[in-house]
Amino acid sequence: MISVLEQRAAQIHQDGRSPFAMDCEKHSVAGSVSQRACVFCGSRVVLYPVADALHLIHGPVGCAAYTWDIRGALSSGPQLHRMSFSTDLGEKDVIYGGEPKLYQALVQLIDHYRPKAAFVYSTCIVGVIGDDVGAICRRVEAEKGLPVLPVHSEGFKGTKKDGYQSACAALFQLVGTGATDDISPLSLNILGDFNIAGETWLIRNYYERMGIQVVATITGDGRVDDIRRAHGAALNVVQCSGSMTHLARMMEDKYGIPSFRVSYFGLEDMSRALYEVADHFGDGQVRQRAAELVRDEVAAILPDLRRYKKMLRGKRAAIYTGGAFKAFSLVRSLRTLGMKTVLAGSQTGNREDYRLLRELCDEDTILVDDTNPLELAKFVQEKEVDLLIGGVKERPIAYKLGIGFCDHNHERKIGLAGFEGLRQFAREVHSTVMSPVWRLVPRRRRQQPARAANDVSTASLRPSCAGECSACDLPDCSIPAGQEILP
Amino acid sequence: MTTRTANPVSGPFVATRNACKLCTPLGACLAFAGVEGARTILHGSQGCATYIRRYMISHFKEPVDIASSNFSESATIFGGRDNLQDGLANVTRQYQPAVIGIATTCLAETIGEDVGMYLHEIRSQASPDGPALPPVVHVGTPSYCGTHAEGYLATVHALVSQLAEDGSQRDHINVFPNMFSPADLRYLKEIGADFGLPVTLLPDYSDTLDGPTWEEYQLIPQGGTPLAAVRRTGQARSSIEFTWVHGEKASAGQWLEEHFGVRNHRLPVPIGLRASDALFDVLGSICDRETPARHAAERGRLIDSLIDGHKYLFERRAVVFGEEDLVAGIVGLLGELGVHPVLCASGGDTGRLRSAIARLVPDQADRIQVRQATDFADLEELAGDLKPDILIGNSKGYWLSRRLKAPLVRIGFPIHDRVGGARLLHVGYRGAQQLADRIVNTLLESLQEQSDEGYSYL
Ligand code: SF4
Ligand code: SF4
Repeated sequence: MISVLEQRAAQIHQDGRSPFAMDCEKHSVAGSVSQRACVFCGSRVVLYPVADALHLIHGPVGCAAYTWDIRGALSSGPQLHRMSFSTDLGEKDVIYGGEPKLYQALVQLIDHYRPKAAFVYSTCIVGVIGDDVGAICRRVEAEKGLPVLPVHSEGFKGTKKDGYQSACAALFQLVGTGATDDISPLSLNILGDFNIAGETWLIRNYYERMGIQVVATITGDGRVDDIRRAHGAALNVVQCSGSMTHLARMMEDKYGIPSFRVSYFGLEDMSRALYEVADHFGDGQVRQRAAELVRDEVAAILPDLRRYKKMLRGKRAAIYTGGAFKAFSLVRSLRTLGMKTVLAGSQTGNREDYRLLRELCDEDTILVDDTNPLELAKFVQEKEVDLLIGGVKERPIAYKLGIGFCDHNHERKIGLAGFEGLRQFAREVHSTVMSPVWRLVPRRRRQQPARAANDVSTASLRPSCAGECSACDLPDCSIPAGQEILP
Repeated sequence: MTTRTANPVSGPFVATRNACKLCTPLGACLAFAGVEGARTILHGSQGCATYIRRYMISHFKEPVDIASSNFSESATIFGGRDNLQDGLANVTRQYQPAVIGIATTCLAETIGEDVGMYLHEIRSQASPDGPALPPVVHVGTPSYCGTHAEGYLATVHALVSQLAEDGSQRDHINVFPNMFSPADLRYLKEIGADFGLPVTLLPDYSDTLDGPTWEEYQLIPQGGTPLAAVRRTGQARSSIEFTWVHGEKASAGQWLEEHFGVRNHRLPVPIGLRASDALFDVLGSICDRETPARHAAERGRLIDSLIDGHKYLFERRAVVFGEEDLVAGIVGLLGELGVHPVLCASGGDTGRLRSAIARLVPDQADRIQVRQATDFADLEELAGDLKPDILIGNSKGYWLSRRLKAPLVRIGFPIHDRVGGARLLHVGYRGAQQLADRIVNTLLESLQEQSDEGYSYL
């Protein structure tokens, strides 16, 4: 029997009828196998895609070795970000201090690789051996004439979220140091997309087709010089709730750049993002182009979506993501495919996120914050799911139990954002949920007769638009009536 | 993937660029995973445990649950005793483990955590109504001393030195493998059984890290060396261990010989024909038996197949990288195939790789470049001029292979870009057979690809 740890009970919401009070934003419980990593991990994911910067990880070798080339963040030019650089501290450095090694390593790497900037990540033991990383960075910056930015990311000093903040603080030091003369008033920065499998390129292309200049993509396919002039953009569009809001806020305070958050996953969220941007600029032409774009893109994927939906209708999914905002989009996307979300959770959601998730999901959907493998396994079994969406660490839980899996994390090689991304998502989900291998699995063989009897009827899905938004002919489309998807 | 610009600096790089090693606690986690009913806690902050889990999951494609005592800032300042206590209690409650392994991360080591003392205190102060703690084995694994290979051996050593019991001698032998694959471990057990020898293999993650699907989720995957068997390692007739590069300090076999008089046989990793012969000879001498017919037949087929492939192998140039023991083992095999290992490299730094190679292939040693404490960026710069025909090592050599346009034969750990890493066989006659076939076929494939005309026979 799998039991839930007492200290964790408040971070799980199981009963739709009981009042909603969910704990979150806590340090992980000791001895609970948290799926979270550390502060450093948060910083590293955010800054990793800056392709022409040097990323030097100050500490023993592991923190760098485990993050070598593990993310699918692509660059259209330099590939320096894909190298893993570590000061690889040895026993002597730990005893006598790592500053000399850090200095030498930095100078040598900068001379050799000629980056546009350098990020120096402090890991746990740097926080206790007392190296003055800031001072070394300033010294090298003065000597070499390029920004050398300390990233305070000692693993034990908080959670992944604090790592996002440190990354934003480092980025913010770059912003405002470049020229902004040729920037159009119709311009924006894309924040919080990491160009996994080229997603930033896709989104950038959408905005450009609308007639909007993209100044900087932070950090997907990121470049130091673009970030330096990001303060010249008229708008910050922020995806990935947790990681980039902090930077947007600082840019708003200092440069008066407004921002709002969007998601590029799923029909509704993707369309909404483009319309909101168009509305922000209040330009008729931009609005017109957005409408055309949405119409064309939706038309291109509809036939496939319809086909997939027919096959996936009524299947049950569990979602466990890093940030909570992505979970919202996934619930909606699954609904577009006729599927039901029976378990949803995230590593770093806040109370407001979970309240929204609660509203978005069905009454009996289980919500979890910072869960562990045993809890996930327990709920996934109890809810008899057909699909688990998560990252590499969650995959074996699904496979061991004979359940389909879809990778929605940064390791993936398949673009899932944008309209085209939804088609790929549908294909991904379809290729795992419908695979004949599950018929060979002991658990499934036993479960099948039972499932046939009480299969989720489509009636239990959220009320659909029922054709009220006339323009869309997606069967049982889940977009709320009145929400304009097609012009 | 290296972005290279003009103006290279002279001298070796101070920084490690694309490490060809992993950190010490990873080895500890692997070893603990091979003990029945064991759960591991990494004493330190959360990230290390999560990163190591992900790294192992990507290779084994199995659940790998590693808990963390999850240091916060205050634990880092005032010590992690309470965290450890909570961690132990929570792991016991959730997993009901038969044994808990504790390995320290760099952070805990740097602030000088005394895990032994904590454990003593925690046990003596345990409240009678709390869950009873299972046996706990702890090992110090600061990553700034050594690599994952050292962490693995230190953990086997810790298991034996903290659990083994004296007693009258029994029939079984101990086998302490190196960082072998689950398939290797299964095969070693098979060999032992065919000799009619009861074998205690420690660790044995052949089932825990390569198991079937489940009907119900298992708190801890089935399999592993039973605790009782670990205790009985002190009563074995002899021990066999496979390392030529790691010193006596890390040796479980040596420890048992010193403390309980269990005779230790220290062998090279049994990769290739002669190194496998050494293993079969020792097994035969222990139980006074000839090599069982089935294995003698496999040996015969191996030699026969090497003859089939010898021309395609002779003097082809190979670059070999990975853990030092593994590299030495592969060099032994290559020596038998006639392949010239132009460069042997490891991120490990025992200082004994060269001498191990010299013992294995004495006539070749002076024309083999050996690099220790190296990384993949160094390797790339070195290997380019050597024009290798083939690379042999783990899947992190993918970039090297792509840049040098030389095919990579994937062996060892990690295999992150293919399925089936856990099922690769390296050791014994059968392992040599499979490796040799893969090496020769990889070379044949690249010859075929390079051919303008194409051909469909040899
Ligand atoms: S701190 Fe040490 S134990 Fe943790 S990941 Fe880094 S090298 Fe490994
Ligand atoms: S040492 Fe600290 S920074 Fe590095 S992985 Fe571990 S928790 Fe994260």
